[in-house]
Amino acid sequence: MSAALLAAAATVSLSKADMLDVEKDELKFGFIKLTDMAPLAIAYEKGYFEDEGLFVTLEPQANWKVLLDRVITGELDGAHMLAGQPLAATIGFGTKAHIVTPFSMDLNGNGITVSNEIWEMMREHIPSGPDGKPVHPIKADALKPVVDKFKAEGKPFNMGMVFPVSTHNYELRYWLASGGIHPGFYSSENVSGQIKADALLSVTPPPQMPATLEAGTIYGYCVGEPWNQQAVFKGIGVPVVTDYEIWKNNPEKVFGLTKEFTEQNPNTTLALTKALIRAAKWLDENNNANRMEAVEILSRSEYVGADKEVIANSMTGTFEYEKGDKRDVPDFNVFYRHFATYPFYSDAVWYLTQMRRWGQIGEHKSDAWYDEVAKSVYRPDIYLKAAEMLVDEGYVEKADFPWGTDGYREPTPAADIIDGIPYDGKKPNAYIDSLNIGLKSKQMIKGDALVEG
Amino acid sequence: MTNTSEVITAGKASQRKEKLFTIINSASGWLNALGFSWLVPILKMLAGDNPQEQLTELRKVLLYPLMGIAIFLIAWAVLAPRVQTSLGAIPGPSQVWEQTVNLWGDHIREREKADAFYERQDKRNEKLIAAGKADKVKHRSYTGAPTYIDQIFTSLGTVGLGFLIATIFAVPLGIASGLSKAVNGAINPLIQIFKPVSPLAWLPIVTMVVSALYIEPWDWMPKSMMISAVTVTLCSLWPTLINTALGVASIDKDLMNVSRVLQLPTAKTITKLVLPSSLPLIFTGLRLSLGVGWMVLIAAEMLAQNPGLGKFVWDEFQNGSSQSLAKIMVAVLTIGIIGFILDRIMYALQTAFTFSSNR
Repeated sequence: MSAALLAAAATVSLSKADMLDVEKDELKFGFIKLTDMAPLAIAYEKGYFEDEGLFVTLEPQANWKVLLDRVITGELDGAHMLAGQPLAATIGFGTKAHIVTPFSMDLNGNGITVSNEIWEMMREHIPSGPDGKPVHPIKADALKPVVDKFKAEGKPFNMGMVFPVSTHNYELRYWLASGGIHPGFYSSENVSGQIKADALLSVTPPPQMPATLEAGTIYGYCVGEPWNQQAVFKGIGVPVVTDYEIWKNNPEKVFGLTKEFTEQNPNTTLALTKALIRAAKWLDENNNANRMEAVEILSRSEYVGADKEVIANSMTGTFEYEKGDKRDVPDFNVFYRHFATYPFYSDAVWYLTQMRRWGQIGEHKSDAWYDEVAKSVYRPDIYLKAAEMLVDEGYVEKADFPWGTDGYREPTPAADIIDGIPYDGKKPNAYIDSLNIGLKSKQMIKGDALVEG
Repeated sequence: MTNTSEVITAGKASQRKEKLFTIINSASGWLNALGFSWLVPILKMLAGDNPQEQLTELRKVLLYPLMGIAIFLIAWAVLAPRVQTSLGAIPGPSQVWEQTVNLWGDHIREREKADAFYERQDKRNEKLIAAGKADKVKHRSYTGAPTYIDQIFTSLGTVGLGFLIATIFAVPLGIASGLSKAVNGAINPLIQIFKPVSPLAWLPIVTMVVSALYIEPWDWMPKSMMISAVTVTLCSLWPTLINTALGVASIDKDLMNVSRVLQLPTAKTITKLVLPSSLPLIFTGLRLSLGVGWMVLIAAEMLAQNPGLGKFVWDEFQNGSSQSLAKIMVAVLTIGIIGFILDRIMYALQTAFTFSSNR
């Protein structure tokens, strides 16, 4: 617990005229060119960082690995991160470093896209509605015959995701496994994630997804916006499912900082969390009234830089599957509603269960361990402190935040998940055992074989 | 009476003309070096030289190049729309011009935002002073994204720095290996091995080494700039090194014998004999080095995501908007034009330092 932080914050009077006494006021934050970096762009453009006395430089990064490394070396003070990154870094899968997050950036916002050719092959296995359009959500069961056909012909079925510990990797794996397609295991010796795989998943940076799909290197991918809509726009692929349909209101990105930074700069951490909360509120307030303005800001080349209409598609609550098949997905991008910005422990635990399921965590862990790791990375204490200040300053409503919870969401009911398996963050091991494909309780990967531990 | 005065004025006029021609002729060398050779015939015509003769000259130095450019632009405008990429058709000259204007507009807008930022800061500081908290007054520089123009200057600064480091190492080494067969024999294999290495291969090594050694970066020299500059150095020092060695080695033997007879100390030999007579080749080397450095820099910036034109190109490629291709073409043309200007500057220097500009 951060006694130092509380002590430091306690000396700060919470009147509106007084700014927090920040330890470091010139900050550099990294981001990847994706729609969900919006809170950072808005906090900058609307002057929320400045209101807190912070002078922030936002810098796009080449890929997730570079971004994480630069946060660890201190070239960046913080960054827009995949939810799995702080967790994986803290438990030492990949680069080891203690990263924490006081702010969850958004919910949903991803999709799975396949190339036109694969879509043609899938389409005959998807039931049509009375209007002749495919019935959604589309399950991976429709893709299974296609993957089997590739396997029979001895051709690898390649798919792209953005990073080994990305939301997209786990979502794509979840979706594939729910249709009986094995996405492959990781082991400590073999980190390709392709052990026993039916579909071979590999890493491609988000902005290069459409180009790689077009080149025929991969047959499908899972990525955030605008890169699914870009495939429709360019006429090279068809998004088949959004992550909202796979798991309703799933957590997506977080804002990550090193533990060291938050300990040395407690007031700076609070101040930047305040600015981000205000930006998130602006993005969702008055029933998404500001979204078009946000789209204009994001389309500038220093932020996402894609065309306005491409970004607008998902940001304004619609999603285009096949060309012309535009459907309403009002909660496709959520930045503030449903307590979206609160760093729930249960979100962290879900990612950890998926790491265990696919072998990134090699051995069985106790339920208590999951809770412990979640609590060392997710910091609702900092978040609530910032929220409290904002309520006192009159910028936000008290009702916008879950006060006095134990940090876990209510269990997700079966109806909100594509394969109908409910999730309770307090019982990670029982949850892992209830999933169909993947490592169970004591199982391990030795070489290329699954052994009972 | 009138006759004599006319004769005198005519004489004076012809004298003036002669003077003008001398000035134009002496300037023509410089104009040629800087790439303004087409100005010479125009100036001569204005000074009253035979138009026929000068027009022929003008056709050679101005009309043909302009025709070449015009044919290229027309071919580009006709062919570009026929190639459909997934980002739309390849942009023609008009779209590229449009994006040039756009980028300039962005630059102006960003500057306005910076001004607004400073205004807000001044207001805040005034308030603090009025409230008696003068100790809390802060002056911070604007943190917006670098504009296209900023990126150009960043790249120029980086290449300048890398080129400077390369010169500091390459010229003395070149002189040493030109003067001594032993040194030459010792470093020759190294030159042969390292010369063909691509900047992209150096970059990861340079990144690690610079990150390890350059721990406390100065404000005016961020780590990323240092990394790009050192990468440029490693790729661009070879032409200078080789040409310097060649220049020094091919000094007239008689001159070297003179220095032996006079028993000049080595330092004096180098300053009085070696450098003056090998300058032309040293400058040839430097010119080649700068060209290589500029080319290498863009690749290094692209891969390392260090600020500059290379990063601009990469970011635009990642943006994948319908304007991206045109913006990348603006960058390509900018890189080409700047490369040309740099080469001309080096050529002018070379002309200035050597007594015969026929190299």
